[in-house]
This record gives sequence, structure tokens and C-alpha cells, in this order.
Amino acid sequence: MSFEVPEDRHYLESHEWARKDGETARIGISAFAQDELGDIVFVELPEEGDAVAHDEEFGVVESIKAVSDLYAPVSGTVSAVNDDVFDAPELLNEDPYGEGWLLEIDLEDGSEFDDLLDADAYRDQIE
Amino acid sequence: MDLRDPPLSDEHDASGAKTTEFGGWEMPVEFDSIRTEHAAVRESAGKFDVSHMGQIEVSGPDAAELLNRLTTNDVASLDPGAAQYAMITDSEGVVLDDTVVYRLPAERDADFLFIPNAGHDGEMEDRWVDHRDEWGLEATVENRTTDYAMVAVQGPKAVELVGGAVDDALADLGRFSATATSLDGVEVVVARTGYTGEDGFELLAPWEDATAVWNAFDCQPCGLGARDTLRIEAGFLLSGQDFDPDENPRNPIEAGVSFAVDLDTEFVGRDALAAVAESGPEERFVGFELEARGIPRHGYEISADNEVVGTVTSGTMSPTLSTPLGMGYVPSALADPDTAIAVHVRGEPKDARIRPLPFYQR
Repeated sequence: MSFEVPEDRHYLESHEWARKDGETARIGISAFAQDELGDIVFVELPEEGDAVAHDEEFGVVESIKAVSDLYAPVSGTVSAVNDDVFDAPELLNEDPYGEGWLLEIDLEDGSEFDDLLDADAYRDQIE
Repeated sequence: MDLRDPPLSDEHDASGAKTTEFGGWEMPVEFDSIRTEHAAVRESAGKFDVSHMGQIEVSGPDAAELLNRLTTNDVASLDPGAAQYAMITDSEGVVLDDTVVYRLPAERDADFLFIPNAGHDGEMEDRWVDHRDEWGLEATVENRTTDYAMVAVQGPKAVELVGGAVDDALADLGRFSATATSLDGVEVVVARTGYTGEDGFELLAPWEDATAVWNAFDCQPCGLGARDTLRIEAGFLLSGQDFDPDENPRNPIEAGVSFAVDLDTEFVGRDALAAVAESGPEERFVGFELEARGIPRHGYEISADNEVVGTVTSGTMSPTLSTPLGMGYVPSALADPDTAIAVHVRGEPKDARIRPLPFYQR
């Protein structure tokens, strides 16, 4: 089974993605990750204004069968939280790169993207 | 150790099921999604490969006595074709396993069959043989776990599906009753049993005929993931999780299954359980519902008035009731419905309330 891996974003080995847009980045989890987890039923995220750090835990996603920590691809301050996923966690299953995004972050250091996997490297990891 | 494969493993691979290790077996955990599979069983029908469950046949003049001494229920009360739930306890009354005991229909070669949990078949075979020899009873004990496959078909449409596939009518077959019949030329024993809280059947068929039986039912294939969420909603215990002789030793009375204990029979652990029945258990197995956001998981602490009083043994987000539900043991004084407790979700106490079991009843 092959999973969608959009070219316009970067990935962590732990299956989070980040898409850079100027000085901010939007982050979420990959299609592979949501499939591995199964039906997602709960998401715990930081609040606007909280700081997150590259490669460190920032929240939790739970499916019916498993609990999984979320790791931040990049460091910065949370500028937006996708409140929709609290009421409808299934958005992470249905549209992990779109409606199921998690956070937007004001970037602290854009060069951290150099440490992330590009789409090809991430595809190699999951295939 | 190599994992044991169920007879349907090729079928499961072909259908793209995700598998997991369970009780030493490599079993399907999910075919489509737990939510889809769970809903199919509650609303129409689903089929499960439960060939990992142990199967031990006991026959001979003293077969009933051997079973009666090693399980907590009264085997003597079973007519041919009848089944009962029972616990297997040690001399302290600690549950080693739970099981269903069948007095087999006359068409089968053996007198009794009991179903230990996955991975317990060898241990239970040894236990039966050792006690038979110690007590000098005349009975044969045969581990048939890999001779017979087991397929469960569960849900409101199970009667229509299974009844339409086998050669004898099943609508009048009572709960916890079994009959010998055939399905596309395969000799099967069909029992009206299951572990989902729904009406349904479990079919025992020769190992090599498992595929024919599996494919005879056109309904949603379901894995262990849905089996777990279904049995939690139904308030059923899971061996190794809701009780475990090493990690979480429990007696049947505190585990809430006194109905499976007949203190009028003589069995290993009987005196210990009579004493618990007399004094009342110190702790009880309860269900609870989280009132805050979060999902209870096995191993999370339970507290009351800021004091840790117990541990969650099973929990999930209930697909049917759409609320976080869990089960575990608390002091008897806290076991009444509506009692306020807290469940520590990743260390954070979350408000919860004791609820009566089962959470779901069809």
C-alpha cells in the first residue's frame, strides 16, 4: 500500500509534517501515521502562545487502539490551533494534509527545515 | 518464539488485514477500521477468526467429575448440547483463566469441550492431565486447538446468515446451546455463544475446512480491535488484562462473575471463594465513564478524594456510545453507580463516574 506524501512539505521520522509559508509553518501528521493509528478519537494540543521545540513532544493523538505522542518538526510559538479536530478527530484520518492539520507555528529558526526529511526521503522510510 | 498462525492466515493476508501478536498467535487486529467493524456487529453482522482460542476435549467415565473439580461452575447440570461460562481457579481462589465448557452434542466423538484463552491451551492441558492423574480419575484429555478452527458470526443478522448457511434450522437454538450440523459438506458444531454482547454463533470446524466456513458468510470481517471494543461495551473480562494470576490476581467474586461460581460443587479454590462470599470482597470490578476529555487505558491509576485506590484494567472510546469508558477494580465502598472517581490520564486526574455494567445491552 502506498501513501500520499505531498512534495510541498517536510517530515519527521516520527511521521509529523511541516509546510513552510513565509515565517510560519503549518504542521500535522502523515497519511501513513493516521493509517497506522486507525480510528483517531482524541487529540490533545498546546494553546496559542505556547512554545514548541524541534523534535520535542507537543501533544498526543489517540486512536481507539493506541496512544501516540506528537513531536514538533520545528521550533516556535503556536499562532493557531485547529479547533475542529477536538470535535471531529476523524479529520486526521480523513484529510491529514488538509482539514486535519493541527497547529500553525511562528518559526523561530527556519533553517530547522534542513534537518527534516523531504518527501522522497520520507517515502523511502515508510515504503 | 515463532508465532502460531491461524488456519485463515492466507485469507487475512489477501484481504490486507493488519495483524498483531496475541497470546502467541499472529491474529488480524483490523481489516477495515475498528469503528466500521464494530458498527457492523452492532447493526448487522460481523465475522471473527477466533481459531486462536484453545480447544480441549475431555471424555470418559470421569470426564464430568474432572471438569467439575477444575472449574467453578456445575458441569453436571449441562445436558448434551449445552454450554456454560466458568472460571478456572487455583487453591486460593485466584482466577487462572476463564472458559466456556460445552457438553458436546451426541454426534461428536468427545463428551466435553472447554475453551481456554489464546496461549493457555498447553498450560490447561497440563493442569487437567496432572490433576486427573493425581486424583486417579478415568478421563482422556486432548488438546485439539490446532485440529479445530473457530469462526464467530455476531450481530442482529447472525441468525439469518448462519441459519441460511447450515443444514439445520438455528432460530430456536437457545443461548449457550450447541448443535452438530453441516455447512457445504463440512461437519460443524454451532454454538449460540460469543463475546460481543450481540446475538450470534461460534462455529467449530476442522482446521482444514476453516476457509470454506469463513467464506460461507458474506459479512464484515472483524479483527481483535473491534472484538475488544465490543467486549468492553458488554462488560466482559479479558484474560491477562482484567485478571492475570501473576500481574493482577483476582478472584471471581471481586471480578463480578459470581454467577459462574457454584459453591455447592467441590472444586479447587472452592473454600477460599466461600470465605470471600461470606465476608464480601474488599474490591470490586466496576465500569466507569470519563466526564472529562481523555481515554482511559490499561494501567492508568484510579483515585478518589486525591488518594490512589485502583487501576484501570480496560478502557476505550466507546464506538457505540461515543463516550470514554473503562473498567477496573476499586474498594467495594466506592463501587456503587454514580460514585465520583478520577482516572489519571497520562498522570492528569480526570473526573469520572462509576457506571453499571454492562455499558451496552442489546
